[in-house]
Amino acid sequence: MAKKKSSNADGLLRMYEQMVRIRTFEDNANQLYLSAKMPGLTHMYSGQEAVAVGICEALEKTDHITSTHRGHGHCVAKGAKFKEMFCELLGKAEGYCRGKGGSMHIADQENGNLGANAIVGGSAGIATGAALTAKRLGTGAVSVCFFGDGALGQGLLYEVMNMAALWRLPMIYACENNLYGEYTHVSEMAAGEIGGRARAFGIEAFKVDGQDVLAVNRLTQDLVQRARKGEGPFFVELATYRYHGHHVGDINRTYYRSKEEEADWKKNRDPITNFGDWLIAEKIASAADLDALNEGIRANAKAAVDYALNAPYPPSSEVDAHVYAA
Amino acid sequence: MREITLSQAVNEAIAEEMRSDPTIVLLGEDVAEAGTPFKILSGLVEEFGPDRIVDTPISEPGFAGIAVGAAMTGMRPIVDLMFGDFLFLVMDQICNQAAKTHYMSGGKLNVPMVLRTNLGATRRSAAQHSQSLHALVAHIPGLKVALPSSAYEAKGLLKTAIRDNNPVVIFEDKLMYQDKAPVPEEEYTIAFGEANVLRQGNDITLVAISSMVQVALAAADLLAADGISAEVIDPRTIVPLDDKTIVQSVKKTSRAMVIDEGHQSYGVTAEIAARISEQAFYHLDAPVGRLGAMDVPVPFSPALEDLTVPTAEVVAQRARLAVRGELFRVA
Repeated sequence: MAKKKSSNADGLLRMYEQMVRIRTFEDNANQLYLSAKMPGLTHMYSGQEAVAVGICEALEKTDHITSTHRGHGHCVAKGAKFKEMFCELLGKAEGYCRGKGGSMHIADQENGNLGANAIVGGSAGIATGAALTAKRLGTGAVSVCFFGDGALGQGLLYEVMNMAALWRLPMIYACENNLYGEYTHVSEMAAGEIGGRARAFGIEAFKVDGQDVLAVNRLTQDLVQRARKGEGPFFVELATYRYHGHHVGDINRTYYRSKEEEADWKKNRDPITNFGDWLIAEKIASAADLDALNEGIRANAKAAVDYALNAPYPPSSEVDAHVYAA
Repeated sequence: MREITLSQAVNEAIAEEMRSDPTIVLLGEDVAEAGTPFKILSGLVEEFGPDRIVDTPISEPGFAGIAVGAAMTGMRPIVDLMFGDFLFLVMDQICNQAAKTHYMSGGKLNVPMVLRTNLGATRRSAAQHSQSLHALVAHIPGLKVALPSSAYEAKGLLKTAIRDNNPVVIFEDKLMYQDKAPVPEEEYTIAFGEANVLRQGNDITLVAISSMVQVALAAADLLAADGISAEVIDPRTIVPLDDKTIVQSVKKTSRAMVIDEGHQSYGVTAEIAARISEQAFYHLDAPVGRLGAMDVPVPFSPALEDLTVPTAEVVAQRARLAVRGELFRVA
């Protein structure tokens, strides 16, 4: 764990709280799926919380992100509320997208989240386009594209990184390397060095421990500040781990990774446990403080889930609304 | 009224809109100093500068995707896709991203962008630079599709496209870039979803798209010489489609033929013919005819290429059969 205190106690506790909110959200979403109360399929972000929170806590509300099919964590980290998120996951009218997007397309434009995307790498252009807007209109906003190691196989990413570098866009490409694209290890799918892909375009590339929220946050704060001054784009590889399978139905995983490997990450490298221990060691919070915080978040999540389960579906008249904007 | 080329009309539409809206930016390959291979955009970079007339690398999915994101965050990008055939390269960004964003976000996010591209064979450019692929995008809900048939139409429809809050794909006929037509100096736009009745007639309705409007008008002249009076309709936009005007016309003439330069199978001719059959069946005196491009990759050899596209002679011949009640014999 990084030693240097880079933020005040409130900021540190907020990062802890946001990570717990993501974990709690995912635990509830998983249960909704397993108890057949949630339609469709979903992909859990658990284990990767320090990535979304470390990055988003370095952003302003007006900065933009694009997210992935594993996107609940980014959505929470960028400021979304549980109630509207659970409503969206359950296809209810009060969801962020009126139930029309669901888990894989959740968007929250008021907080700068341009949306999750069910095409791997599909939002690389959108994020870069948001950075183009920021530069052309002089808004000062920075754009972050979250994508997994699986997206390294998509040509679109390299096309837009090339343009972002040519045009010096305020852009951060955040590669969450959780080691697995679907059911296959990254070493079988990505040749060479990951950061080298960005450096070939003249983009500064960094590698950071994605389980260390302070390290992620400190790096991102620096890069955001530099991007606002026109020194971007940047590329960051975040070494992290996906606790669940590729999707919630991916239960038997031993053919592609061992139970020992999973147990080791959870026991020794959990971003929430480790950061909680550090907060206590640094006397920023007591164990009782953190327990109370966890308890409060669990209660909030339960209330939001109960609300969403009982909330109405969109009326049938909505099926052909929003195909075209007025 | 002054006459200008379709190319000049496009250039004027972009320049006028860019003068009044600073959020418009144009992206594409060799759009700046080169002004595109067709020289359509010459002069724009001199007026608006390289920050707004942006030369991109040869990365169609990349700059199409960047336009989607820019549109979602406050710009009105115009994407120049040099050949309509390159649509296949940008399908994910246009059909999975741009087309669906407004709907998937429950109406919260808009994608006000224009994808300018072209269609048309007989330019001896072979199978990857000659296709007319508007049916592909017309199939995807969330996209609007406009097809100007003259310089006048090109300017008015493009200005409307730029002001629209949705992704619009506009196809120019690349064979018509140097064709002149009367275009007023004064400001005007052409509304989407309002078909243009170019010629009144009583015996058969010819619905023609884009490049085929000139073919239909020439066919109508041939038919007039035989005493057959053809009505010619240009839908202008196929999404939204003004089927009301088309159906009203067919109820009057009781016969219809749809002509389009896209491949005939599973194409625009089938869609419009089906709507006519559904809405005017009891008024029809002949099966609704369709003429599209042949279902072959566009060949290079001029001797072969010219066979693949409907001509005025073929349109007139088929229309005569319909009017004389002889269409069933060739079916």
